[in-house]
Amino acid sequence: MSATLVISQLLNGIQLGVLLFLMAAGLTLVFGIMNFVNLAHGSLYMMGAYIAAALVGQGVPFVWAGLGAMAGAALLGFVLERTALAKLYARDHLYQVLATFGLILFFNEVVRYFWGASAVYMDVPAALNGALTFMGINYPFYRFVIIAVGLGVALALYLIIHKTRLGMLIRAGASNADMVGVLGVNIKLLNSAVFALGAGLAGLAGFMAGPILSVQPGMGEPVLILTLVVIVTGGIGSIRGAFLGAIIIGVVDTLGRTFLPIIFSWFLEQSLAQAAGPAVASMLIYLLMAVVLALRPQGLFPVKHG
Amino acid sequence: MSTSELRPLLEVEGLVKRFGGLLATDHVNLTVNAGEIHAIIGPNGAGKTTLIGQLTGELAQDQGLVRFLGQDVSRAGVAARAHLGLGRSYQITQVCREFTVLENVMLSVQSHLGSSFKFWKPVAEEREVVEPARAALQRVGLAKRADEIVANLAHGEHRQLELAMTLALKPKVLLLDEPMAGMSQVESEEMVSLIATLKSAHGILLVEHDMDAVFKLADRISVLVYGKIIASGTPEAIRHSQEVRDAYLGEEGLVA
Amino acid sequence: MKRDRAFWFAAATLAFLALLPVYAALAAQPFYVTLFSRIMVFALAAVGLNLVLGFGGLVSFGHALYIGVGAYSVGILAHHGITNGWVQLVVALAMVALFAAVIGAVVVRTGGMTFIMITLAFAQMGFFLAVSLKQYGGDDGLTIDARSAMGLFDLANNTVLYYVIFASLLLTLYLFHRFINARFGLALRGIKANERRLAALGYPTFRYKLVAYVISAQVCGLAGFWLANLTKFAAPSYMAWTVSGELIVIAVLGGMSSLFGPVIGALVFLLLEEVLSSWKPGIWPAAETLLGNHWLGLIGLFVFTLALFARQGIFGYLAGKKDSAGGH
Repeated sequence: MSATLVISQLLNGIQLGVLLFLMAAGLTLVFGIMNFVNLAHGSLYMMGAYIAAALVGQGVPFVWAGLGAMAGAALLGFVLERTALAKLYARDHLYQVLATFGLILFFNEVVRYFWGASAVYMDVPAALNGALTFMGINYPFYRFVIIAVGLGVALALYLIIHKTRLGMLIRAGASNADMVGVLGVNIKLLNSAVFALGAGLAGLAGFMAGPILSVQPGMGEPVLILTLVVIVTGGIGSIRGAFLGAIIIGVVDTLGRTFLPIIFSWFLEQSLAQAAGPAVASMLIYLLMAVVLALRPQGLFPVKHG
Repeated sequence: MSTSELRPLLEVEGLVKRFGGLLATDHVNLTVNAGEIHAIIGPNGAGKTTLIGQLTGELAQDQGLVRFLGQDVSRAGVAARAHLGLGRSYQITQVCREFTVLENVMLSVQSHLGSSFKFWKPVAEEREVVEPARAALQRVGLAKRADEIVANLAHGEHRQLELAMTLALKPKVLLLDEPMAGMSQVESEEMVSLIATLKSAHGILLVEHDMDAVFKLADRISVLVYGKIIASGTPEAIRHSQEVRDAYLGEEGLVA
Repeated sequence: MKRDRAFWFAAATLAFLALLPVYAALAAQPFYVTLFSRIMVFALAAVGLNLVLGFGGLVSFGHALYIGVGAYSVGILAHHGITNGWVQLVVALAMVALFAAVIGAVVVRTGGMTFIMITLAFAQMGFFLAVSLKQYGGDDGLTIDARSAMGLFDLANNTVLYYVIFASLLLTLYLFHRFINARFGLALRGIKANERRLAALGYPTFRYKLVAYVISAQVCGLAGFWLANLTKFAAPSYMAWTVSGELIVIAVLGGMSSLFGPVIGALVFLLLEEVLSSWKPGIWPAAETLLGNHWLGLIGLFVFTLALFARQGIFGYLAGKKDSAGGH
């Protein structure tokens, strides 16, 4: 265990956290404002990755492919919400869960049909390749870019939510959804806009993750579940909770996976440590979530309800 | 006469509740004695619901204590207080709408009998559950409607069921939260007669807006304004109190 | 006991299941016995889930975890040379009770969206745990050499296994019938209908929900025990979140407001999956190949449509019930 390992894994944790934040922000807004459980959020992430990979494959420059992925995911989200999902707002969470579960299955097959079952590769563009050297470590430049973009989006979201009229409506909606409708706002358009915004962020996450994780059917589900853990731990409906929760979960998960096996090997005999280490590491964030829920059921940074 | 017979069934001392900057319950003291009806009146927004919430245990007080049958229940939960004998009926009827009238009351009886962790005998065949339930329905005048699905009842019948469910717990103190809410003249009069008959077996804290009913039923009246009890005494005293008129009755135009 | 339509439909279905192996023997299609064994396993799991889903109002998206625990109990014990089925069963039920009590203590306090999400998360945790257990097969799963030794019952015989599973399904349905009609069932359904009022009546609602959760988990554990025996295999995939989702689909499709609904749901849903994925009558080869490769997408659309329009489920409809009325 060396300082450089700790620092580089810490950065990896932040990078994971930033991606989780992009996912969590949209999902938590949809939960908080429309009271809607959207399990298909992972599918929007997947579609973002595939759209970007397809565009890059066609020779579109990387950044434009990314914007295309965001726009595509946002559009897909908007259409889905308008045509199908809005009908589910009135139904119990059970049916929302079932419906979006069905969508996950459907989208996975769509992707399998057009691109096949094996992973599609998306390369990091040459301009973003290479590594930064500092404090004795080499850290991939691309991962820095992800962190930077993620933090930039977090800042932009903060400004939108706290400094614009749209943001005020969103905050009002998150703490008291009925009131916003009563105030005469076109609630349907607001809902669709929030949904599309969340979808776009998911698409952005998928696009950025594409080169470092593999683009394949079902890639959305592991990320979705991590995102759920983030939201529950951070506090449903809270952007602040989504951000802080995402960073915490990202760091804990990454550091846990790297260092728990090592720590275990210090005081457990070799074969037991090799078995127990990864096992406990994989459970770590769920245990964290359980502890948070036991002590503070509303999450670490909940929205104050009006 | 032993001291326990002289002691109030319910005692509230120095109860305080704040919501942010708002003082919803302002150092409230009150008691409910056996065999009496103590009515709480006050304008809307006076904090009656908040007060009841703290008495039942749904809401935790910031300061002060609640003593029931001589025991400090300030930290006890809703279920515990219900088991000790504190029964509460709701202003907005809280029942299981898909169940029958009888099934709703059976739930109360089951609770009173103790544990419902019984898995074998069909409850519909358990006389010790069914008979007290039917008796409670008889008491409130709903016996004929026992097998009707609650969703099909008239509003007044909902309120009767609400009371039956509370009575089936065999409580010692009844907290009645606007039992006459939404009732017609005829229905209200029936409810008033019914509540009057309950006095002998229970101590009753009655929260109501219906002034006719209050003045017919109450042995004592306390007036709650902005979370504070501004006056407390016999109906006559309250009727003639200047402060009460100013704060509350003046708007209602009560006939002296 | 009233013999209404619901009763007769259920009886007919059970009669069909009872006679199926006879038909399979006559038609020389032994495959039917294993197919319907598998259907009954999932019917059993869905009946278990429905105790908390339909009667308790708790949407658990993680009940497949307990199928996995049941299956792995068989697998791990067999791996270490303990092949007595009764021992394995006791261990399975005990392990499930332990997991369910601990997890339930955390999750049952929550409700709504949070409950759904964390049950999903805990099931995933179990999945990853199983994957990380390399000495028990990890991602590839654990092969079981032979079916459990259960004394009189020679489980190696597919037909015997079929009838033992059928018997456990009947037993579970009967026990649940008694639970639901007893005080416990009334209390549980009351908590689902109006938890706040039940608490005000003096019910420690958390305890009732937790007990229901543990009971329902154990039925899933039993289903897992049978699944491991049926397939002679235990794998993390038994606990995949999609399996939890399918259990919910089965319950909703069949009808959540009755005990028997999920049995119908399992029959319809699993047969549908079977037909979509393997039926190749040769009428339209191109479409059949497409379907064979991508039938899961069609299932996805089916589930989506079900979610939009489901009311009382197939069994509820057949029995003439309205939207989620009382128990069976």
